[in-house]
Amino acid sequence: MSVFVAVQSDDFCLASEYHELRRNAACGAVVTFSGLVRELNDTALYGMTLEHYPGMTEQALIDIAKQAQQRWPLGAVRIIHRVGTLKPIEQIVFVGIASAHRAAAFAACEFIMDYLKNRAPFWKKEHTANGEYWVDAKASDQQALTRWE
Amino acid sequence: MIKILFFAALRERLDCEQYLLNSDGQTMPVTDILEQLKSLSDNWQHELSRSDLLCAVNQQLVPLHTTVKDGDELAFFPPVTGG
Repeated sequence: MSVFVAVQSDDFCLASEYHELRRNAACGAVVTFSGLVRELNDTALYGMTLEHYPGMTEQALIDIAKQAQQRWPLGAVRIIHRVGTLKPIEQIVFVGIASAHRAAAFAACEFIMDYLKNRAPFWKKEHTANGEYWVDAKASDQQALTRWE
Repeated sequence: MIKILFFAALRERLDCEQYLLNSDGQTMPVTDILEQLKSLSDNWQHELSRSDLLCAVNQQLVPLHTTVKDGDELAFFPPVTGG
């Protein structure tokens, strides 16, 4: 299985990522997920800054990809996470999976996002009309891990 | 020497990115180091007593009872919020 992870300030291109995931002829299914900066319900969001722990972040993403590989037969995993300051509707994260069949690709994509949200050392700070706030971790994100136990 | 890093909200609240602790070549549990750091001020006491505090040794998430040695990189941070 090929694993690619990147932590970068630059944007990423979905078409390029999809192209990379299609290189293995044994894989008949590609599933991709992209996460975007979204507006808040109660106040205007000007943007957010993503901080990370350089070195640990990349290793954590590789570990998560390898855990997925142990659970499902995967041809390729690509994970990209952006850091720095991003504006609403900008892309934050990409997870792409290539596998022989769709069930494994869908499941691995969800598994990787669930673990990324709980294990990879990234932190979001929102810049809003009411000030700057560090985002609190959600209990629902932690709860999501229980389905993989 | 043990290098201790702080990230995100914790870094801001402590106003500290990095702290170098002289370990005199000894191994010690993270919990002992935490107690030393907490004694620095009321603010450090408060911030490092949070129940959701996470800890990494040499860039791997570990429980607080893990032992560290001279040359290790220790990090404390709040729950992660990426994705």
